[in-house]
Amino acid sequence: MSSLRQIAFYGKGGIGKSTTSQNTLAALAEMDHKILIVGCDPKADSTRLILHAKAQDTILSLAANAGSVEDLEIEDVMKVGYKDIRCVESGGPEPGVGCAGRGVITSINFLEENGAYEDIDYVSYDVLGDVVCGGFAMPIRENKAQEIYIVMSGEMMAMYAANNISKGILKYASSGGVRLGGLICNERQTDKELELAEALAKKLGTQLIYFVPRDNIVQHAELRRMTVLEYAPDSKQADHYRNLAARIHNNGGKGIIPTPISMDELEDMLMEHGIMKAVDEDQVGKTAAELAVQSA
Amino acid sequence: MTQATSQSAAEIKARNKQLIQEVLKVYPEKTAKRRAKHLNVHEAGKSDCGVKSNLKSIPGVMTIRGCAYAGSKGVVWGPIKDMVHLSHGPVGCGQYSWGSRRNYYVGTTGIDTFVTMQFTSDFQEKDIVFGGDKKLVKIIDEIHELFPLNHGLTIQSECPIGLIGDDIEAVSRSKSKEYNGKTIVPVRCEGFRGVSQSLGHHIANDAVRDWIFDKIAPDKAPSFESTPYDVAIIGDYNIGGDAWSSRILLEEMGLRVIAQWSGDGSLAELEATPKAKLNILHCYRSMNYISRHMEEKFGIPWCEYNFFGPSKIAESLRKIATYFDDKIKEGAERVIAKYQPLMDAVIAKYRPRLEGKTVMLFVGGLRPRHVIGAYEDLGMEVVGTGYEFGHNDDYQRTAQRYVKDGTLIYDDVTGYEFERFVEKIQPDLVGSGIKEKYVFQKMGVPFRQMHSWDYSGPYHGYDGFAIFARDMDMAINSPVWKMTKAPWTNSPQPTLMAAE
Repeated sequence: MSSLRQIAFYGKGGIGKSTTSQNTLAALAEMDHKILIVGCDPKADSTRLILHAKAQDTILSLAANAGSVEDLEIEDVMKVGYKDIRCVESGGPEPGVGCAGRGVITSINFLEENGAYEDIDYVSYDVLGDVVCGGFAMPIRENKAQEIYIVMSGEMMAMYAANNISKGILKYASSGGVRLGGLICNERQTDKELELAEALAKKLGTQLIYFVPRDNIVQHAELRRMTVLEYAPDSKQADHYRNLAARIHNNGGKGIIPTPISMDELEDMLMEHGIMKAVDEDQVGKTAAELAVQSA
Repeated sequence: MTQATSQSAAEIKARNKQLIQEVLKVYPEKTAKRRAKHLNVHEAGKSDCGVKSNLKSIPGVMTIRGCAYAGSKGVVWGPIKDMVHLSHGPVGCGQYSWGSRRNYYVGTTGIDTFVTMQFTSDFQEKDIVFGGDKKLVKIIDEIHELFPLNHGLTIQSECPIGLIGDDIEAVSRSKSKEYNGKTIVPVRCEGFRGVSQSLGHHIANDAVRDWIFDKIAPDKAPSFESTPYDVAIIGDYNIGGDAWSSRILLEEMGLRVIAQWSGDGSLAELEATPKAKLNILHCYRSMNYISRHMEEKFGIPWCEYNFFGPSKIAESLRKIATYFDDKIKEGAERVIAKYQPLMDAVIAKYRPRLEGKTVMLFVGGLRPRHVIGAYEDLGMEVVGTGYEFGHNDDYQRTAQRYVKDGTLIYDDVTGYEFERFVEKIQPDLVGSGIKEKYVFQKMGVPFRQMHSWDYSGPYHGYDGFAIFARDMDMAINSPVWKMTKAPWTNSPQPTLMAAE
């Protein structure tokens, strides 16, 4: 068995982390790698394209029904989907109650203690959009994910989130072995998107590992709860995911410690590329009406 | 052993100041700077003791403090006997606070009173992850079914409740409605709040205000007929029966005690208190908040009193009587006169055995100052004192009414400081908690556990003083201390030779 690669996909909520990760992992499975997906989002939608299921029974819901997590066996929580990809979902509470972060910690400990990582080439963690608390940073702590791939786009908030996640990686990089593998730009067709993504990657000291073009076929596949790899294996888009998978595979051990930038630097970068217009300091916080008075 | 009495005040002050410098020397610079503000020597005539208080303890120093949950569940709410107090969260906080502080009560435990029982929601991992509100609902139902004679419920929050954002207020409201307005009090006393148990007292006081006083229907018929002599005992936890030996004195002088807060107290008593004519406050620290509130909202005056030792008892009875008519004033004099022979006998018996002995205290609440008078009645002298969780108003009272010039003052004392102080000053008695007891006894210093009277008591009132005097004598004059001479300090005995 080749040494276990532990990777994780992070990024702003709604950016397409789950879609991108499942398509990429399907492509890695095509390359005969043995894959385990660990969904760490309370919504539990990290494995639906692989399993063709709406949502799989989660570790935490099963544990709650059984009494405690100690009452579970690994077979109870693990499902096998497309190309023998193994899937588990951590799950978590409904919005607004309990502690989802603790749920992630509980689930990952359970998987490790019960040998879920044996005979596996890749473990992939799919994590909630924002690292809001220590629980959601669990996958990037010591002996967990070694490489983080940040899914982003040319939108300001997606880049802002990418920069924030880099701060989280930087924090844990010294205590554990976590590194930034690179950025994956999921095209939103914003202005100068590729240029911006590359510029941000450069600022963070990393590389844009792939630019995934937008294609409706992803939607079509998703409606059928399938990856593009399975739904339309001969499509151009499937090839894009294969390329991305190959790049990630060849990127093993090449992660870096990121150099996150300040909010000001991020804004400067957007201005450099003409996305944002420079604003005078004396105009900050002024309403349109006030500005009209000022210029009159 | 007693050095203090043979020294002048100036010498003692100089020694104590030097002692403070000595203990500070072992700390890192930053710690020494912070601790220096909490240690001082009292200067007669000053309005406070010259120390900072109610500040965060320094990690690693072995503070003696507790947490907000301890202040609410362990002190204020726990003794209310006919309510069930649920330790809401993982099992440890409830387990370790089980059995109370020997807050005595009358009732049938498990039927209509519950003080020494322990109720906990015993949080498991799934309760943390999915939230504990559903479990709380179930527990409230179970308590209602298993203990139908309980008069209400308090929910004492442990740390995780505040972290995971459970809505215990919503649960309390809906269950209260379901059970026809039953009193259910959510208390946000998560242990991480504040710097000591002191904030827990405040939070618990506020919970009485918000969930008991504010819920009393204004048109509700009073549950008793008022008299002009109704008083409530506030801040007596009936440790070893303290409130009972206090209550009888008030009753003998003609007052009617309508509530005990909270030792041997009940929900009905809490609800009746807004009808009191005077609130008399023993533990100022833990219940001044609700006393002030009742003054503002219901116009009830409050007065502090001290029932430790005959001097302070007489002073306090007269002070309480000033709020009432001549009948009560005469009553106070009658009570004082009645017990004087008993007190004289107690003092005649014990004072000769205790005269001139020195004491160092470190306790919480009111005791670092309140018990000083009782020791002085026995001819003893308190040479050092400090508060676990006092505020500046406690130190003001201490300075203005209790301690002598040159007394060593140590706020939130650390384990190291306390040991060094006792080692150098060599008092005849140390009064502190169970964690300190064996440290000092091993140093050969007599000790009394002064949080819950070392399984004895009561210490309040005239009856209590007799027990107090006996206990202090028992500790100090125990023959055991003569047997603690180390073998290597014995003078060598001549060895007999076989031929002799």
